Amino acid sequence: MTATMRALLGATALSFAGFALQAETLTIATVNNGDMIRMQKLTGDFTAKNPGIEVEWVTLEENVLRQRVTTDIATKGGQYDVMTIGTYEVPIWGKQGWLVSLNDLPASYDVDDLLPAIRGGLTVDGALYAAPFYGESSMVMYRTDLMEKAGLSMPDAPTWEFIADAARKMTDKSGEVYGICLRGKAGWGENMAFLTATANSFGARWFDMDWKPQFDSDAWKSTLSFYIDLMNDAGPPGAANNGFNENLALFQTGKCGMWIDATVAASFVTNPKDSTVADKVGFALAPDNGLGKRGNWLWAWSLAIPAGTQKADAAMKFVEWATSKEYLALVAANEGWANVPPGTRTSLYENPEYAKVPFAKMTLDSINSADPTNPTVDPVPYVGVQFVAIPEFQGIATAIGQQFSAALAGQTSVDDALANAQALATREMTKAGYIK
Amino acid sequence: MATQARRAAARLMISPAVILLLCWMIVPLAMTLYFSFLRYNLLMPGTEAWTGLTNYRYFLTDPAFFEALGNTLTLVGGVLVITVVGGILLGLLLDQPFRGQGIVRILVIAPFFVMPTVSALVWKNMFMNPVNGLFAHVAKFLGLAPYDFLTQAPLASIIAIVSWQWLPFATLILLTALQSLDREQLEAAEMDGAGALSRFIFIMLPHLGRAITVVILIQTIFLLSVFAEILVTTNGGPGTASTNLTYLIYAQSLLQFDVGGGSAGGVVAIILANIVAIFLMRMIGKNLET
Amino acid sequence: MARASSPQRRAVVTLAAWTAGFVIFFPILWTVLTSFKTEAEAIASPPSFLFFNWTVENYGEVMERSNYFRHFWNSVVISVGSTLLGLAIAIPAAWSMAFAPAKHTKDVLMWMLSTKMLPPVGVLIPIYLIFRDTGLLDTRIGLVIVMTLINLPIIVWMLYTYFKEIPGEILEASRMDGASLRAEILYVLTPMAVPGIASTLLLNVILAWNEAFWTLNLTAAKAAPLTAFIASYSSPEGLFYAKLSAASTMAIAPILILGWFSQKQLVRGLTFGAVK
Repeated sequence: MTATMRALLGATALSFAGFALQAETLTIATVNNGDMIRMQKLTGDFTAKNPGIEVEWVTLEENVLRQRVTTDIATKGGQYDVMTIGTYEVPIWGKQGWLVSLNDLPASYDVDDLLPAIRGGLTVDGALYAAPFYGESSMVMYRTDLMEKAGLSMPDAPTWEFIADAARKMTDKSGEVYGICLRGKAGWGENMAFLTATANSFGARWFDMDWKPQFDSDAWKSTLSFYIDLMNDAGPPGAANNGFNENLALFQTGKCGMWIDATVAASFVTNPKDSTVADKVGFALAPDNGLGKRGNWLWAWSLAIPAGTQKADAAMKFVEWATSKEYLALVAANEGWANVPPGTRTSLYENPEYAKVPFAKMTLDSINSADPTNPTVDPVPYVGVQFVAIPEFQGIATAIGQQFSAALAGQTSVDDALANAQALATREMTKAGYIK
Repeated sequence: MATQARRAAARLMISPAVILLLCWMIVPLAMTLYFSFLRYNLLMPGTEAWTGLTNYRYFLTDPAFFEALGNTLTLVGGVLVITVVGGILLGLLLDQPFRGQGIVRILVIAPFFVMPTVSALVWKNMFMNPVNGLFAHVAKFLGLAPYDFLTQAPLASIIAIVSWQWLPFATLILLTALQSLDREQLEAAEMDGAGALSRFIFIMLPHLGRAITVVILIQTIFLLSVFAEILVTTNGGPGTASTNLTYLIYAQSLLQFDVGGGSAGGVVAIILANIVAIFLMRMIGKNLET
Repeated sequence: MARASSPQRRAVVTLAAWTAGFVIFFPILWTVLTSFKTEAEAIASPPSFLFFNWTVENYGEVMERSNYFRHFWNSVVISVGSTLLGLAIAIPAAWSMAFAPAKHTKDVLMWMLSTKMLPPVGVLIPIYLIFRDTGLLDTRIGLVIVMTLINLPIIVWMLYTYFKEIPGEILEASRMDGASLRAEILYVLTPMAVPGIASTLLLNVILAWNEAFWTLNLTAAKAAPLTAFIASYSSPEGLFYAKLSAASTMAIAPILILGWFSQKQLVRGLTFGAVK
């Protein structure tokens, strides 16, 4: 065989391979959060490294996305090859066998580098079912200038009492400065994430060991009264419709003194391009009440591959690319270290470049202090800090979130809201067969 | 005479539409009916079991159900009143000769072309938001405290948004009807000394009767299933203050993924919708007969 | 007309009408204006009406993030396709209802309309399962079918009311002259029905363009129309008013322009039998 022949054959084979690969188009469903939009913009790097794989994005608002991917995976619709899902879905879906196990990721991926707290939440019976894209806990973000003006200084690990006092002192309603911005918008991933995590630090819990709802407990009552009193005194108007995004916009425009929310927000509020207060932000751990639990949650947006996909290999390559160390370096090179997706890898926090980022240490400490398997003061039968990892949770928590949102809006009293919550949760848990 | 053949042909021509709609109605309906008797949660495959009327019992005893029923009626009724009254007033105004009639008409019909999702997003964020919305800016300018529309008056706010979308439709139909009014009759009445109000009540309003019925019929069909506006603005809250039946069923089937419960809700809604439909049809059938 | 002759009255009417028009149109105008602001200017207090630094960077950002033209094209195919298919099925049906009414014609018509009152969420899961099994998920043809079925009752009703206004004597005359059924429909009826058909077509393109439940729930990437496009801008992180405005403007502009240019045709047949 002559060299030319060989070259020709090789070219034919290549073009065949190219043709076969060309048919491979991955459909990726993701949330319209900042870090994911950045990933979408960097797709070129992936397709350049993996010729023959094309990527189609379906970017949606969180609630719409969740509803769409859940419908699709539960009916085995097969519309997506990679899905962005949260820490709540992974254990439930993994147990159902709906996800492809990621145990076969190559050694270069360095699975052991993933933060143990985050990795634990994505593992079911020893198998990793999703790769974390970014991880978060919650913490206090506050305005250093306003804190100083109020004559206070924020400890690294504040109590709720301190937070309430500071919030009231920082508030200047005529100057449109509100001491504290907290989530009020109804939704299990919105106000209920915050309130459930907060309730943990007040010694409350969702269910006792017999799956009986506990909203009639004193601990829940003190949680909700504390929250509503504080928001009435020191919160912004319209708080009952404020979720993460609304509060972020408020904080970025200098209208909040403190904001207790996802650690991932730290990079947005300190980014001078979007934030008018970028150089005046300090960080502290989420508050506690001296009961041994802090009010911080644990969450990771992760990439998972539905079991039905025909393109598992290509999908695996994508998941590996988007959650790799190299991806972090790629974002750092393009946008600076402060903007890399946080909270997934130990090596990131050991990187001296990243250590210069002001919120790096506090993020890591917050993540490490959350314990999903043992989230409350009293024992509980469930896993999850700001959620309960059972399928019924989203519906129940969203309905209860509506009750608490109405209480914040002043349309029902704290007692009525809790009584309704208790009745509602009991009803649904009975229907679902947990309560015999 | 080919009447026999013509009648057969007529039947033949009507059948594709009827058959298609029958399938569209019956197949999903049968499945929904079947699911409504099952314990069927999408997130727990393999646990499906026959539960009889459990789903119905839970749906009908849900405190949210009656509130949703009330909200649905308020929403439909509120929007109908606003659009019909507003449509008549606007129609009367636009029926007069004035400079730039064409342009004004273009401005007035514009909201009808806007997607419900977009209009809800725009109203919620850029107008009704109590901190950064335009209404808040205006309130601050006037020295008033900004009003938090979607929290304090959620259902009324949604009625306002939906009315804005449907006002052009009502205006167009009512305007066309007004334009077909016999001018001489009006002028004769004026000669006889009838005031503007009595001309309106005794001549125009009876003439508009048909047009108003049509507006009510068409709009009711769309208003019964208002959904996007609620999903985008209030998510049915606070509490269940702005949850309508459609949204309640959505929450059952796509937030809880309780297909059984959602299907039971769907069946209940279908029955209720048909009651409304029969009622409407009676009223309209009578009005359109002549 | 005597009553509008006085100049003062005319001035008042002109002012009132222009004010009403402006108020009703204002939300759209404001959205378009905001789309040319920077994010900071979009929430500035007090807001600036015209005197800000006009920029098109929001549009650039939106174009970079989403494949606008594909969404746009999907919207066109789905709305026009479903309307044409709907007309093809509805014209014969409406014709026979109007000109060869049987005893139950009214009932059939009312029943058709009542199918539109069913809440779509109630049947999403069954339809999703059917679509999955027939391979119609995320296809334009699947959406064309659904949209056709959804709007068919309105199309039939609209055409029926329009056809009914066509004087029967003309048809009878043509029958006397020995015109076949086909000739009757093609040469006598159709020319008279064109305004009604045009108006029906326009109204249904608009309805299908704006439908946001099925189009959002039955598509992923390939067949997603503009309703799905807007869903990715609904509440992203941080400041988003300007980007949301730009995306909103892009989503509604095509149909708004179409509506404006064809408003005469739209209005002409949009009577639903309301005018006698």
